[in-house]
Amino acid sequence: MGSQGGFGQSKEFLDLIKSIGEARSKAEEDRIVINEIETLKKRIIEPDIPKRKMKEYIIRLVYVEMLGHDASFGYIHAVKMTHDDNLHLKRTGYLAVTLFLNEDHDLIILIVNTIQKDLKSDNYLVVCAALNAVCKLINEETIPAVLPQVVELLGHSKEAVRKKAVMALHRFFQKSPSSVSHLVSNFRKRLCDNDPGVMGATLCPLYDLIAADVNSYKDLVVSFVSILKQVAERRLPKSYDYHQMPAPFIQIKLLKILALLGSSDKKASEQMYTIVGDIMRKSDSTSNIGNAILYECICCVSSIHPNPKVLESAAEAVAKFLKNDSHNLKYLGIDALGRLIKISAEIAEQHQLAVIDCLEDPDDTLKRKTFELLYKMTKPSNVEVIVDRMIDYMMSINDNHYKTEIASRCVELAEQFAPSNQWFIQTMNKVFEHAGDLVNLKVAHNLMRLIAEGFGEDDDTADTQLRSSAVESYLRIMGEPKLPSAFLQVICWVLGEYGTADGKYSASYITGKICDIAEAHSTDDMVKAYAVSALMKVYSFEIAAGRKVDMLPECESFIEELLASHSTDLQQRAYELQAVVGLDARAVENIMPMDASCEDIEVDRELSFLNGYVQESLNKGAQPYIPENARSGALTISNFRHEEQHGSSGHSLRFEAYELPKPSVPSRPSPVPPVFSTELVPVPEPTYHTEFHEAVAPKLSASGTGSSEIKLRLDGVQRKWGKQTYSSSSPSTSDSDTYKTQNGATQRDVPSSLSSKTRDLSYESRRQQEEINPEKQKLAASLFGGASKSEKRPAGAGHKASRPNSHNADKSHSEKTGPSDGGAAKASPQPPPDLLDLGEPTSISSATSVDPFKQLEGLLDLNEGTRAPDSSGDSATKAPDFMSLYGDTSFSGQNMMGTENLLSTAEFSHASDRNGHGTGSTVANSTQLSKGPNLKDALEKDALVRQMGVTPTSQNPNLFKDLLG
Amino acid sequence: MIKAVMVINTLGKPRLSKFYEFQPAEKQQELIRHVYAVLSNRPENVSNFIRSLGSIFGQDTRLVYKHYATLYFVFLFDNSENELAMLDLIQVFVETLDKCFRSVCELDVVFNYSKMHTILDEIILGGQVLETDSVEVMKAVEEITKLESTTSASTLINKSIPSWWAR
Repeated sequence: MGSQGGFGQSKEFLDLIKSIGEARSKAEEDRIVINEIETLKKRIIEPDIPKRKMKEYIIRLVYVEMLGHDASFGYIHAVKMTHDDNLHLKRTGYLAVTLFLNEDHDLIILIVNTIQKDLKSDNYLVVCAALNAVCKLINEETIPAVLPQVVELLGHSKEAVRKKAVMALHRFFQKSPSSVSHLVSNFRKRLCDNDPGVMGATLCPLYDLIAADVNSYKDLVVSFVSILKQVAERRLPKSYDYHQMPAPFIQIKLLKILALLGSSDKKASEQMYTIVGDIMRKSDSTSNIGNAILYECICCVSSIHPNPKVLESAAEAVAKFLKNDSHNLKYLGIDALGRLIKISAEIAEQHQLAVIDCLEDPDDTLKRKTFELLYKMTKPSNVEVIVDRMIDYMMSINDNHYKTEIASRCVELAEQFAPSNQWFIQTMNKVFEHAGDLVNLKVAHNLMRLIAEGFGEDDDTADTQLRSSAVESYLRIMGEPKLPSAFLQVICWVLGEYGTADGKYSASYITGKICDIAEAHSTDDMVKAYAVSALMKVYSFEIAAGRKVDMLPECESFIEELLASHSTDLQQRAYELQAVVGLDARAVENIMPMDASCEDIEVDRELSFLNGYVQESLNKGAQPYIPENARSGALTISNFRHEEQHGSSGHSLRFEAYELPKPSVPSRPSPVPPVFSTELVPVPEPTYHTEFHEAVAPKLSASGTGSSEIKLRLDGVQRKWGKQTYSSSSPSTSDSDTYKTQNGATQRDVPSSLSSKTRDLSYESRRQQEEINPEKQKLAASLFGGASKSEKRPAGAGHKASRPNSHNADKSHSEKTGPSDGGAAKASPQPPPDLLDLGEPTSISSATSVDPFKQLEGLLDLNEGTRAPDSSGDSATKAPDFMSLYGDTSFSGQNMMGTENLLSTAEFSHASDRNGHGTGSTVANSTQLSKGPNLKDALEKDALVRQMGVTPTSQNPNLFKDLLG
Repeated sequence: MIKAVMVINTLGKPRLSKFYEFQPAEKQQELIRHVYAVLSNRPENVSNFIRSLGSIFGQDTRLVYKHYATLYFVFLFDNSENELAMLDLIQVFVETLDKCFRSVCELDVVFNYSKMHTILDEIILGGQVLETDSVEVMKAVEEITKLESTTSASTLINKSIPSWWAR
């Protein structure tokens, strides 16, 4: 016992922790830890280490690794420890391996066998430990090895084991859905488990399953609703209450599931209204968890088919959140508001001032959430205010990640709602100036495309205006220092394409400016490449227009420099420029047509122009080309991928004996129709196009075995290469489904879906609230009350007109279908299983009464009860350990009080806080060095706790200060 | 699912870290440092939630933290969990620790490293919330400790077990 400290660890370990705690710098800490590693390395390989000692070494390894040092030399010992029969050591071993190893580590194979054995153990604690390890260590390949045992455990008599088995299966599902797909029925069965805990655990995998495939679980709506009802009506045992709420975590999970199931499903949603409404009415908005449920209800309401009554109470709840002083609730209020305005835009109106308050809040989290909300609320009438605010905020923060996000949002909003070209260009300039290097290059490309294509309206003058205003603003802005590279690229490109287009600026002026850019950023090859291409364009346009080109001296020297550049790309561009300048007008016009950046370039991927040549060679007796995926014997890329997708066991580890060989039938369904193998006319088939063939395959096989050469040149080819990637104006028939989701969420992904906005719902008829700070009022008016402002963009008005119509159409449609749906809903698919029949008290109490430790526990409890008043003996036994530990430090206790980075100091000051003693005296310090309270402290603490009206022994005024106070 | 649980003290030293999706050790350190950097810059009396943590976490990772005395308790999770509920889960965790160690403080956390993990394993399993009742968790943990001490039959005395129990 001599070497042992009060926590079951050796003095050595405690010293280590203490010295790390006292380390004044990272370097010092590293030195200590490296020393420790050296010691451990030596110790751990000594023969005949007592097991208890070994356990401690493992714990020390874990500790070392948590501090960021490599402890891999000890992994094997942790693995060995899992083999131990002693539960204590086994658990430590499992703990260490779950922390050390990832599921693909080489050593896992050594553990799988142990896990298999432990899962069958009689001792349920061993089983639990093994299940814990299963969750972390089993990967796709090893799942089959433990799956049968885990499934068996679903029927275990202990609910703790059943619960963990469900969780383990869930984990398997997350790692490899196909491996447990045949076990889904087990989850459904466990939903009816008579232990509510197991039922609650089952909700986790079901949530994932339902999220993946809603439609196959619609039949469970009735069950979920009835479970939720029973939970909300407090039919669960009291032990599931948490802060007077009945099983809140189960309620939350259920509400999440219902939100998924009811999403755009009127029939399912109708079954939920009552219960969700009830929960919202009853919810306790004074406690944290009550609000969590309330928030979840709002989320659910906003996700399921809307119902005016429930929506109304959701709106009330949002109002409560927003009015609350707690930042947490405000945050959730803003989030919930963002969800609700998707359904009914009017709700935001009442809360405009609260929203603006949040926008000015010092809390960054809240601010960002509010920007997210504003982003969702943007419409042509308020885009200027919102984007300006966003840009202001963007300039004020340093967080690059968020800067990127907000910048791309600004760009997106500006593209969608820009009231005028000038404003658009100015906004883009600001964004690029301040976050140019952070935004995705795609944004820059988008901007170029937008300038090239215009706003999509057939109005050439507007496009020309846009371009000239862009050119002008760029000429003005390009002198500024430190412009980001992406922005310079855009500038060069625009100047090249449109610099001379409107005749306002001469070619020599523009080229001079371009050369200035290139010179000022001579280290940036990308910018130089853009610049030289721009020069080429300007010169070609000049030549094509029949004017004589005389290069400025700085341009000449720039090109000369590039001709000798180390970058082959720059060199090539420079040579091309030289060659183009030497050509005549007609040739140049063909090479560089004016304003042709948006023309599609057709690519003949089948290389059909070579057919004649191929045929000729075949006639001469050449071998026909066989596409790689049609070659026999070779495992082609597409086949390989296919197998992987289907999770075939082809290359995973097997743990049971191999079956007897059968006559081999190629089981893998060939992704390529047989047409290819019988093909007569060989078409060169680059292998990396295989996925394309997979896409086309169904069409091919449907249309029979025609010559694939002709069939392959379907529209899909052009679409893939043509406009599809850049503009969504002509979505293909097969794609249109995916783009047409109603809530607009997916549409936002398509950058130029200008024509179909779902966001600008009718915001007319706005009134402002009175008696508020005029500035805020103004802001609110500009954000929310957009009716008075005239829309400058003609397109905007068009959308507005079309929008309400479609809305009405929707409504009338839903009203029509209403009654019939209601009738169907009454005839529920199946009677709700009585999931939580808790009338019989057998389930809980019987489980515990079997437990052999129960009686002993009673004794323990007794002891616990008497302990608090009588803790003097307790602390007496503890104190010496600590005194020996801190024996040397206690003398310098005064010093330690002063230095903050001492581990123990924190504890000292708390101890003194706790009992309200004087802080300075050494005597007090030395008594408080012992962790356990001495008699006086204990009594005082007890009294304090009683004073606060909480049960003694369970509450700690120290950590819980902020809760109680 | 819950992606990680961290306990960091106010000086930035990790006291407990558990990742439910494998992260290499260096990455873990980076994450902890990043979280600490974010937390230490938060003013008082603001919300306990943090979004947009930066690209080193996946998109859509949320963070909920709670500051107790010298420790930050941090949970990282994705959108399948409710923020307020997570806040209460932290509360459950701390309450359990408090019951287990009788007025828990940072020292307990440091010295009872493996016990912390045992408790956490009873609350969260494989990234999913397993148990939210601290009494239940305590029962499970006590049972484990009891059984451990009988099987090991050694002189290991954990302070939550009365001394007479070790026979």
